[in-house]
Amino acid sequence: MREVAVVGVGMTRFGVSENTNVEMFSEAAMEAINESNLEPKDIEALFFGNVFGSHEEGQANMAPFAVADIGVPNIPATRFEGACASGSVAVRDAFIWVASGYYDIVLAGGTERVLAMDTPAATRAFAMCSNSYYEGPAGITFPGVFAMLAHLYSHKYAIPLPKLKEQMAMVAIKNHHNGKLNPKAHFQATIRDLMEARIARATQRGQPVPTWADEMEFFRDIKVNPMIADPLQLYDCCPFTDGAAALVLASIDKARALTDKPVLVAGVGQCSAGSLADQKDYTQMKSRILSAKQAYTQAGIEPPDVDLCELHDCFTIAEIVAMECLGFFEFGQGSRAVARGETEIGGKIAINPSGGLKAVGHPIGATGARQIYEVVKQLRGECGERQVAGATIGMTDTLGGDAGTICNIILRRGW
Amino acid sequence: MGFDKFGGVSFTSEAKVADFVSYLEQGKVMASSCKKCRRVYFPPRVDCSNCLTSDVKWFEIGSKGKLLTYTRVNYGPAGFEDDAPYVLAVADFEGGVRVFGRLSREINENDIKVGMALKPIVANLPDEKVLYEFAAA
Repeated sequence: MREVAVVGVGMTRFGVSENTNVEMFSEAAMEAINESNLEPKDIEALFFGNVFGSHEEGQANMAPFAVADIGVPNIPATRFEGACASGSVAVRDAFIWVASGYYDIVLAGGTERVLAMDTPAATRAFAMCSNSYYEGPAGITFPGVFAMLAHLYSHKYAIPLPKLKEQMAMVAIKNHHNGKLNPKAHFQATIRDLMEARIARATQRGQPVPTWADEMEFFRDIKVNPMIADPLQLYDCCPFTDGAAALVLASIDKARALTDKPVLVAGVGQCSAGSLADQKDYTQMKSRILSAKQAYTQAGIEPPDVDLCELHDCFTIAEIVAMECLGFFEFGQGSRAVARGETEIGGKIAINPSGGLKAVGHPIGATGARQIYEVVKQLRGECGERQVAGATIGMTDTLGGDAGTICNIILRRGW
Repeated sequence: MGFDKFGGVSFTSEAKVADFVSYLEQGKVMASSCKKCRRVYFPPRVDCSNCLTSDVKWFEIGSKGKLLTYTRVNYGPAGFEDDAPYVLAVADFEGGVRVFGRLSREINENDIKVGMALKPIVANLPDEKVLYEFAAA
């Protein structure tokens, strides 16, 4: 296998978009191609993540339209679908094809226009990523899956639920803090900012002015933070978001000719799991543990070598469980580590310095590529106020379904 | 009779394991096990991934179950909006059968506790549909 590097990245401003899936992807792709000092004609193939184009826009077979839109209508363009991990799965395959020597320069990424669906429709569509034969007919939802995980975690590690909920709230507070420093994030506001905005609005409208003593009191207020699936409240959940992200991968010899700062793809992993009830213990997701091990082994590193990780915080409890499965903290210690500030920028390991799915948003076909965008920018030292000082190794972690698909990618400075 | 009768909203009309739904209509919640290697399957399967044979027998899930975890869902997906709130759960039954499903509305929410004893039951839904649920044992 050859060494492979990321030579350029691009992403749209995440949020509510009035552009189509293909238009969003083109915007991200052109940024990535420009950054790579390439032209579209240099791209040999597209590896494309999208999950619900058919539901969102009535558009299937989207990958060929995406390459036509960037001016290379005849190159092979293939859609990859692994639920919320689709973008990562596409990038991993792109890596393998370049590493194998079949291609030299490829484009990978994804796009998703989730907000084209209303909330019940999107909830239903996302739930299709669990087992539709047995779990769907009972009314499964993803907040429901992770809410059950929160109860399980609380019970298994004997952390009283009110205590765990405070630690989960601290995940949201941290990620919103980081998101405020990210000009591409859906929510560029801290939880404190959101509280103050509500106070200002109530004052302006002559309504009763809320008097929360602190963020925790705001979190406990079910009037502003409604219970979605007990114990997960609204601010425990990532938002529905539109967006696209793309990156250019090149063999190392090509990469060194294009940029002084090639970011090496050091290791990749991908694993699967069956239905929720087939999983022995979903606080310790086997698919994630095995996928991460593949990536660590290939990269020749251990978890403590990782400076920052963009991981799958679709819900606050999901961040805690992911941190443990990836080996950054002992099982059962993750929530305490958050409370101690060990996962902040400048802490033991920076978890989601971008703001994560929680603040950047979660357009599911794009998220994996968006995570790589952040790691690449961090390793190049281009993240301004949210920069993780001296970062040399970064990792991504993306989860699809109820851990049915997990993909991990480790990146390191190539200079 | 096929899978079209299973649950509130389902897109699956037919399946190789359609007997599962026929049994539900008889009030029985069944799992399958391989006659050759005895591996147990829930959700049921009629092809054994362990010994690659297709000769299974059906058996009723026992009444000694334990609640592993649960959640009260307040916002349902499309098709379930008027159904919410409802309680989803995972329970472990004898013989290593782990089942995801609904908790019966008969259980008072204040009585829900991890580890509580549960048994599977069949709930009859509108339009002659059926769903298995967990009731207090």
